[in-house]
Amino acid sequence: MTTIPAPPVAVIAAPSGLARLLQLVPWFVVAGLPLVLPGYEPLAMQVFVMILFALSLDLLVGYAGIVTLGHAGLFGMGAYTAGILSVHGVTDPIVTALAAMVVAALTGLVFGAAMLRTKGLTLLMLTMAAAFLLYEIANKATGLTGGEDGLQGVSFTPVLGLFAFDFRGKTAFFYSLVALFLVFTFVRILINSPFGWSLRGIRENDARMVAIGCPILQRRVVAYVISAALAGLAGALQAQTTQFVALHSLSFELSGNILIMLILGGSGRLYGAFVGVPAFMFAQDLLAKQDPANWFLGQGIILIAMVMLAPGGMLGIAERAMAAIKRRLS
Amino acid sequence: MTTIITILFFAVAYGMILYLISVGLSVTMGLMGFVNLAHGVFAMLGGYVTVMMMNRLGVPFLPALAIGCVLVAMLGFVLERTLYRHLYGRSELDQVLFSIGLVLVSVAIVRIVWGPLAQPMQLPEYLKGQVSIAGITLPAYRLALVGFGTAVIAGLWFMFDRTLFGARIRAAVDNRAMAQSIGINTSRLFSLAFGLGTGLAALGGGLGADVLAIAPAYPLQYIVYFLIVVAVGGLGDIKGPFVAALVIGLADTLCRYFLPEAGSIFIFAFVFLVLLWRPNGIIERR
Repeated sequence: MTTIPAPPVAVIAAPSGLARLLQLVPWFVVAGLPLVLPGYEPLAMQVFVMILFALSLDLLVGYAGIVTLGHAGLFGMGAYTAGILSVHGVTDPIVTALAAMVVAALTGLVFGAAMLRTKGLTLLMLTMAAAFLLYEIANKATGLTGGEDGLQGVSFTPVLGLFAFDFRGKTAFFYSLVALFLVFTFVRILINSPFGWSLRGIRENDARMVAIGCPILQRRVVAYVISAALAGLAGALQAQTTQFVALHSLSFELSGNILIMLILGGSGRLYGAFVGVPAFMFAQDLLAKQDPANWFLGQGIILIAMVMLAPGGMLGIAERAMAAIKRRLS
Repeated sequence: MTTIITILFFAVAYGMILYLISVGLSVTMGLMGFVNLAHGVFAMLGGYVTVMMMNRLGVPFLPALAIGCVLVAMLGFVLERTLYRHLYGRSELDQVLFSIGLVLVSVAIVRIVWGPLAQPMQLPEYLKGQVSIAGITLPAYRLALVGFGTAVIAGLWFMFDRTLFGARIRAAVDNRAMAQSIGINTSRLFSLAFGLGTGLAALGGGLGADVLAIAPAYPLQYIVYFLIVVAVGGLGDIKGPFVAALVIGLADTLCRYFLPEAGSIFIFAFVFLVLLWRPNGIIERR
């Protein structure tokens, strides 16, 4: 009788004290960027917001294995919550951001609890239909949202009453960077928790997870609600840092783009969002300048090539290269 | 009363276009389990070929439609052989991304070749006017659309239910491994079915060029409707999507006439509820 070799078990070594400190270095480097590259704050804060949004999606696509084509619905709910509150006199950034998270989480709970009973094409369609529904409502409720013109007159009081949103975007830069750091830390703790591992288990084999007594629907809904709250936060940050909310924040285009950004970096890898979002936005800036057709063409070819040749995105390519180098050396 | 009949007629014409375009998607999704968000591309290309043939080369309507249908079916066949088939076993996410990539490439190419504006179809004289039947005047184009659509659908259903090819497709949808083991060449069947589905989409795109405007954004703009028809109608079936397409066409047209301020809100709410109620489509198979 042959013995079946045990499947490789991923060992999570707790990082040592020094390693932990070293992990903070990139954050300080980024925080120092305005000293070296003044004038890029508005672009950088857009990148931070999108990374945060992509992280929230990674929780679903990368860890829980829930493919959604309507994540912008939740982002937009957050953006409109913050924007509408500000227009009606609630202008504290942190209060409105928290409110946006709550509203997005509740939206996620209502839709998620209904949708996540299904899977495959049906689930994909439901996520799309839900986002289209929210988009159409925002489009038609012009009294509340401004409809196609977007929400005008959004403004916020200084963060913690100390740092006013300035015209050059310094406050917005640090504000969104701090938010991103907090969310990143939270997501990292979450995915390394037993809850995070149960999500991976559901992604890999849901029938087996049911067999070992895991309430998979409940886990998936919880993951969806957490992801919704984070997406809502990203939306609120965008409303606050740009002082404007447009229908685009709920659009299918944004849902698709954020998925592409995440996959480009590499999903289920935590750092994928940090690689994919800047790469995407840089390429967009470069290619869309001359003609939007170039950008569509470039994006499409990259997507097709990545799916056919390099699954795992840029980080996946890097991982394979590292593995090859290691093999060569040993 | 006349208004209501006219509106119903418009709804049926719209539903038929939706059905012609989506039925191929239903069959290929059911056969190969492939989530193909790029299906609208083939309808758009069919539309472009048809419209260009008519407007620039002066080809009559029906031959232009036929040429568009054949060319796009060939393209679909080739793409299935070269690209699609490598992704059949892959995850849903990979298929979604691949087909989005294909959509973006096609949008870019069409934009570069024919420009960003919509291409209006110049209808032949005999389709321009009104026809009056039993006191109700209807536009000739929609009438031809419904008539032609009915003929194609009748042919399609006959093929699906009564011919060996149709029986093979049904067998492969039900159980691919079993179909293969009794000697059906499923690999070739897939290519043929894919070509057929894309050809039908091209036919729908060309025929409906006056209903769904032919522009580069076409595959992005309407894909949600095609997917809705398939998701609501059920995968791998050709009759479920017919019911679904008529229901969607009817609901969308009625909403636009009677509740323009609500836009598409009802359609999406309706689809959401239907999919929750019947996750596998409104018509339960067996």
